[in-house]
Amino acid sequence: MARMKFICDSERCIECNGCVTACKNEHEVPWGVNRRRVVTLNDGVPGERSVSVACMHCSDAPCMAVCPVNCFYRTDEGVVLHDKDVCIGCGYCSYACPFGAPQFPSAGTFGVRGKMDKCTFCAGGPEANGSEAEFEKYGRNRLAEGKLPACAEMCSTKALLAGDGDVVADIFRNRVVKRGKGAEVWGWGTAYGSKQAGQPAGGKS
Amino acid sequence: MNRVLILIAAAFALAACGERPQQMKDSPRQDTSAFQGTGMPFVAPGWKVGDKPSWEAQLKTRTQNGQNDYTKVN
Repeated sequence: MARMKFICDSERCIECNGCVTACKNEHEVPWGVNRRRVVTLNDGVPGERSVSVACMHCSDAPCMAVCPVNCFYRTDEGVVLHDKDVCIGCGYCSYACPFGAPQFPSAGTFGVRGKMDKCTFCAGGPEANGSEAEFEKYGRNRLAEGKLPACAEMCSTKALLAGDGDVVADIFRNRVVKRGKGAEVWGWGTAYGSKQAGQPAGGKS
Repeated sequence: MNRVLILIAAAFALAACGERPQQMKDSPRQDTSAFQGTGMPFVAPGWKVGDKPSWEAQLKTRTQNGQNDYTKVN
């Protein structure tokens, strides 16, 4: 198996925040921590694009490189996880991450910064799979249940793809080749008429 | 006034009671592979727990069925 990867198709993302909600709900993520969020560029102007961002489970993860207590590890499937029992909440990973994935809850005494929290690709953590301790610290382990990340499975437009890197890359490649643009877009010719799509032009009736 | 002071003092004194016990660990523990399952009944059907190839096949099938809409509409 290749590595587990996320891809977000900005042509499809409609900024509904369904992925964010799915993640929050599935893992009971505390207030103030967003493992996933939707970033919108050129908001409100032509060419606006949205993209759903979380930990990208980098092949050469900068967070792993800078962690002073070596709390990160990578699973056989390429998912970057961390051990909260080792994390000291220093925040170095937060500075190193180009995606802003590491989050820090203010749940400690006197609002002190807590241990780092981030997207686990729904793969839990080092605790026993499916245990209560794993759920409390890292959230649900959907991969061990034979499922895929909740954010991608919840995505209404299938903009967010998650799974085996080879499979999601094939799906995305096929989509880009087939969907075309302008009048080639699926449904355009049927709805509005298009010479290019072999449909008669619409007129007054 | 005294009651307020007592409340403030109690808040500071008891603040640490909300902390959970922690143990010092030297390096990340070895994680159990996902194909080993959770031991819970809430598992997607179609694969055998502990069998890595069937788990991988299950995830690939689930990705294609759940996320590739071109297999459905075209």
